[in-house]
Amino acid sequence: MSLYYLQKFLYELNRDAEIQQQCQDDIDALLGRFDLTDEERTALKEGDIGLLYVLGVNGQILMHYAAFLGIEWFDYLEMMRQGIARHGPVRAGVYAMTGGGDAFTEEDTRK
Amino acid sequence: MSLVYSGVLSHAPGITGRADLVKNTARRDEFYGKLDQQRREIEASGAQALIVMAAEHFANFFMNNMPAFCIGIGETYSGPIEDPEWLKISRTEVPGAPVLGRRLTREIMQTVDVAYAEEWKFDHGIMVPLHFLTPEYDMPIIPVNINCQGPPLTPLHRAWAFGEAIRRACDSVPEKIALVGTGGISHWPATPDSGKINEPWDRDFLDRLMRNDRQALLDYTDEETYRDGGQGGFEIRTFIAAAAAAAGQGELQFYTSELPIFAVGCTVARFNLE
Repeated sequence: MSLYYLQKFLYELNRDAEIQQQCQDDIDALLGRFDLTDEERTALKEGDIGLLYVLGVNGQILMHYAAFLGIEWFDYLEMMRQGIARHGPVRAGVYAMTGGGDAFTEEDTRK
Repeated sequence: MSLVYSGVLSHAPGITGRADLVKNTARRDEFYGKLDQQRREIEASGAQALIVMAAEHFANFFMNNMPAFCIGIGETYSGPIEDPEWLKISRTEVPGAPVLGRRLTREIMQTVDVAYAEEWKFDHGIMVPLHFLTPEYDMPIIPVNINCQGPPLTPLHRAWAFGEAIRRACDSVPEKIALVGTGGISHWPATPDSGKINEPWDRDFLDRLMRNDRQALLDYTDEETYRDGGQGGFEIRTFIAAAAAAAGQGELQFYTSELPIFAVGCTVARFNLE
């Protein structure tokens, strides 16, 4: 059930400015309300997009969270690729990487 | 009066949020021009309210209580939930149509079990269409959602039945109502594969959609869609429901796979109402 609450935390954060403020003021107290593993808690405190992606956070939820963190678009895509390089394939859900780590847009300087 | 317009359009957040990154600006501007044409067509229809049938992305509904269908009956809405700088759309209030929404919901419920909501926060799935179709945010909006995100997903044949129910409900009230279905065909958004598009699969789906061929449109399994169209392909439900509501053949006004920075095959189409 932990992935469920990991996603639920991000779902509530993404849609609620008050929770976003609480996140900035006292993230430990906020995270204490959710049933999370140490790995998940650390990933959230560090804004580790790559690990959160591999853990199976729904891509839409993660994309909105990355925007909240102010991460630039191509950096966000690269963080997910690096997460897979470091931790292995996506472990749950339907947002697996299927393109072999390639970039699909000519605007991406890594292509 | 009745349903006076039914069409479809893409809603990917890059369409506004990454506009400045696009290299193929001519194709981008052609797409924007077609969206503006869709705006003019909706205005010319005399529509007094716009139903935006969306595939939302966890702005309101989560796996604690996920409806197969939901209709907004609120007085006002707000959006986007996303960082406005990221989406390049300012936070705003959008008027609802609570009285009309309740009447439509009551009629739709005769054949489809829908949830309803007086609170609704708009994400890019609705805000991007509104940015182009009602840029002054002066048209009363009835948001509608089909679950395309949290499996088990709404079955395609139920999306069709929902579209038919919307049509019947619209035709039972005196107001003129426009409807747009918003979503993507094949795409792999919010993954490292963002920008990947299966154009042959898109073209085949659009051919079925423009023929408004019920049997062909419902002849996809979620496993096939996931394999060929990605998890973003699950959003074909909104296009299928818009076709069902219209009942007539479609006109594909724009499609391109040449803007992968938008992470979707960009689409604009309308249907004949029969």
